[in-house]
Amino acid sequence: MSEKVSFRENGGVRGWFGRQPLAVRWLIILAAVVLAYLLPYAAKVPLIGPQIVTQGIDWPSALFNISYYVLLALGLNVVVGYAGLLDLGYVGFFAVGAYGTALVTSPDSILYKDTGWKWLMAVPVALAVSMLAGLILGWPTLRLRGDYLAIVTLGFAEIIRIFATSTTTLRGDRGFASVPHPPGSINGKPIFGVTDAIPYFWLGLSVIIVVVLGVRNLDRSRVGRSWLAIREDEEAAEIMGVRTIKYKLWAFAIGAFIGGLGGVLFAGEQSFINSQTFVLQFSILVLAGVVMGGSGNMAGAILGGALISYIPDRLRGISFGDTDLYEYRFALFGAVILIIMVLRPQGLIPSRRRAMELKDREKEVAPL
Amino acid sequence: MDFSGLVNDFGPLTVTGLAQGAIIALFALGYTLVYGVLRLINFAHSEVFLLGTYACLIVWGWFGLDQDSAAPAVGPMILYLLLGLVVAIFASGLTALAVEVVAYRPLRRRNAPPLAFLITAIGASLFISELVAVFTHRNQRGVPPVIQARPLFTIGDTTVTNLQLLIILLALVMMFVLDRFVNGSRLGRGIRAVAQNPDSAALMGVNKSRVIALVFLLGGLMAGIAAVMYNLKIGVTKYDAGFLLGIDAFTAAVLGGIGNLRGALLGGLLLGVLQAYAAGLFGSQWLHAASFVLLVVILLFRPTGLLGESLGRARA
Amino acid sequence: MRQVLARAIGGVAIIGLIAGAAACNSGSSSDDSTAGGGNCGYKLAYFGALTGSAANLGVNIEQGFELAIDQYNKAKGSECITVGKFDSQGEASVAPGVARSLVADKKILGVVGPPFSGESEAADPIFESAGIPTITPSATRVSLASKGWKVFHRAVANDDAQGPAAAAYIKDVMKPQKVFVADDQSAYGAGLADVVKSKLGPLVAATDKTEGDGKQTDFSALVQKVQSSGSTVLFYGGYYTNAGIIRKQLTSAGWKGTLVGGDGMKDVGLSKASGVQAAVGTIVTCPCSPAEAAGGTFVTDFKAKWNRDAGTYSDVAFDAANILLQGIDAGNTTPEKLNEYLKTVNYKGIANTYKFTDTGELDPAFIKVWAFKFDSSGDAKADQEIKVS
Repeated sequence: MSEKVSFRENGGVRGWFGRQPLAVRWLIILAAVVLAYLLPYAAKVPLIGPQIVTQGIDWPSALFNISYYVLLALGLNVVVGYAGLLDLGYVGFFAVGAYGTALVTSPDSILYKDTGWKWLMAVPVALAVSMLAGLILGWPTLRLRGDYLAIVTLGFAEIIRIFATSTTTLRGDRGFASVPHPPGSINGKPIFGVTDAIPYFWLGLSVIIVVVLGVRNLDRSRVGRSWLAIREDEEAAEIMGVRTIKYKLWAFAIGAFIGGLGGVLFAGEQSFINSQTFVLQFSILVLAGVVMGGSGNMAGAILGGALISYIPDRLRGISFGDTDLYEYRFALFGAVILIIMVLRPQGLIPSRRRAMELKDREKEVAPL
Repeated sequence: MDFSGLVNDFGPLTVTGLAQGAIIALFALGYTLVYGVLRLINFAHSEVFLLGTYACLIVWGWFGLDQDSAAPAVGPMILYLLLGLVVAIFASGLTALAVEVVAYRPLRRRNAPPLAFLITAIGASLFISELVAVFTHRNQRGVPPVIQARPLFTIGDTTVTNLQLLIILLALVMMFVLDRFVNGSRLGRGIRAVAQNPDSAALMGVNKSRVIALVFLLGGLMAGIAAVMYNLKIGVTKYDAGFLLGIDAFTAAVLGGIGNLRGALLGGLLLGVLQAYAAGLFGSQWLHAASFVLLVVILLFRPTGLLGESLGRARA
Repeated sequence: MRQVLARAIGGVAIIGLIAGAAACNSGSSSDDSTAGGGNCGYKLAYFGALTGSAANLGVNIEQGFELAIDQYNKAKGSECITVGKFDSQGEASVAPGVARSLVADKKILGVVGPPFSGESEAADPIFESAGIPTITPSATRVSLASKGWKVFHRAVANDDAQGPAAAAYIKDVMKPQKVFVADDQSAYGAGLADVVKSKLGPLVAATDKTEGDGKQTDFSALVQKVQSSGSTVLFYGGYYTNAGIIRKQLTSAGWKGTLVGGDGMKDVGLSKASGVQAAVGTIVTCPCSPAEAAGGTFVTDFKAKWNRDAGTYSDVAFDAANILLQGIDAGNTTPEKLNEYLKTVNYKGIANTYKFTDTGELDPAFIKVWAFKFDSSGDAKADQEIKVS
């Protein structure tokens, strides 16, 4: 007679999901994707719709914000979650992607005479430069241990920001205006216009899906296994023959690529970038989102990234008595991070490995 | 590149760099202590500092001092200074303890992975600084002129003011006292033991949680002193003052060798002076870039910082 | 079990917090019913910073704007035109989403704002695409007028007027031997400082740049440079937050010179940071006239409604709102018609007379730049009007 195993012990939702036949799994995923594409129309859902959509900010714009935050979280997840490299300056890659796009497309750029490209042509250039930036960051940090790596990555992001602010080529606060939007038109009207953010959200969502598929494949390949080994114990991995240098650089390059992708989308939507956007607090927020959501796990990274964008935006325009709740948004947010991490340090949707790790670690703690 | 500017102002820039560096060093001592013992980057340390600055200002305000008051005479000035220090140390120490109990201890009990501690610290830091922001409406707050900066003596053509001398001396003295404490006293031995190996220290009879609380308190003490010095030197405080200085302090701590007390002092002073020179040479807008470039260069050649990590070793 | 409980509590707490706050907010999303006959039932919007580090400047404008609409409604005897407030925090990355929210509200006929140049760059394309007329009472970046936006109107002079005026004041009124010019690298600050630098020519002894507001608090290197240059005047292109700290540190270092700046420094926040005594004598220029010179009962009305003194550009915002209100009154009840109306408007307001060129700039004949001096009350009081030839 078989023992009745509880839902939790059987792996919970993930376990149930894994046990379904392939067709059912694909159907569920497809349904989820379709729902995601329908999110801009969430306001129409009775009862809960109006509670979900944002007030002070246009809901499709908020969705677009969520999409590039999620992209950043996915990229940082590769660096921090998979390869175990603590990166406190991830916004630097976002900036490189955005500035790369702006430099070759904006009429304000000194390169405009020679380039003046459309958005689509700028994308590969910006992404290549981002990957290069990832390698440039990765190379001097190869010998550094965890916490030293953290401060150096922070420093890199700040150097990028200061360069953006203080060099004339990058135009600092004046920024680059009139960055072209993504191409395409229907019936003569451009798809990616100015007033409607829904096409941008759909573009972002599509990019996210492609990135998720790509990273998932990487994770299941030799590269992913090498990252796992490096994350768990770098010296042991080196001894076992894992080329740590190569795979650490890979991690930075791919993380930078995804970050740059976010920057490219951002530049194409907002059409105006300046040095004020790429501040350190942004990096820290994305890191908090990834870890809070569940580091090392894509679903967790997506959830974390979505939360860090959604919660502050949702709190806009809401007045609680006299004060706009929006003023308290980061205080509330800090409290949320604190509570979640104290109650659930493995993150909201932990990777299976993390959850097991935590269980093991709990058993070996010495009495206080 | 303004070489002549740098050469002309070399002396004054060195002095002002040392003064700023001393504040950074005091702040960095807190980071380095906690890291040395717990291997934890205490992100919330910047808010420990911040609350020290505000507590000091609020209490000075109770005595009628605000930024428009006249500077007090020597007698009251010393009293106010001591009062400010005591209040700031108290507030900072209390905050540090609170953060440890609320944010870190629960995680330590579950032996959570190091990344979790970092993010909790970020959450705590965000929460506290944003609360202060809301209460102060994100406005700056001016500091009363408790110490009027007066030139004390001159070396060549460089004048050193009383405030600058006070700050530098205070940092040196505090580092010396802390060093003696960690190396000489019984409690200090406990700290070093826990830094070396927490579990065997516990086995040897060291009360781990008390040692950890002590470490946070000491860090808070240093931050409190830094807070008052910051108030006097900079003249204003704001909800993000901790964050800005915290980045410099963290950089300084790593530069000197995180976990190394003397490294924190060296790193802080070096950073302060270097930032001043960079500002003189390239312009004030580059001073932070200079500190990060310095950091990367030093870590390239000495991956564990200038003086290496050593709180756990017999020689601090 | 504990984990399930913790997860459940956490989830419920978050959802409850958001839902509860949202429920309390049911008022702001409902539409207002049209009241009163005629050209009523429409909205005018303020778009700009209401929170954030430079909120003071935005709040001043929003309150002038709202005062005008209040008075209009009182005169009509009903809540004819309603006020819409859109907080962009003054940030370019937040502005587009909030701007889209604004244009989605079809009742809004016109916008007063955005007050900052950076967010204008990001949000004005959206207003242009929706055809909603905007009048900015304070965004002074010159390039805004050359983007070909038909809905853009500026109720003040741009930086091209303020810079030469500041230089003229320094040269002709203050007559220093040496001037130190610095800026905070913002588009506004650097723009002003560059113009002042070129106009002052050989008077400039040395220059420096700082980081922007909130990114730097230790200005000792700048202070040292100012002192060793022997300058008696420091022109700083920037905002009141940095300027207050710089003024304080200059005084502590014993510098006896005068700080001069632009309208971004014209706020009591400067003297609050530096201490009133230290700020006395600081000069700020502004392409606006003194609030005391404002016509009518504006000053007292403002004080009565908001319980504080009118701030920089409150009077211009008041006028801008009234221009739009007058347009609506004349029957221009669609954004397109209101925008057309602005092309030919010639409005005599309390702060100035307004007429727009075809790029949306204020007619040069009505441009005036004043110099203000901080006195022992901590506020900047009118000094004199600067005539720039």
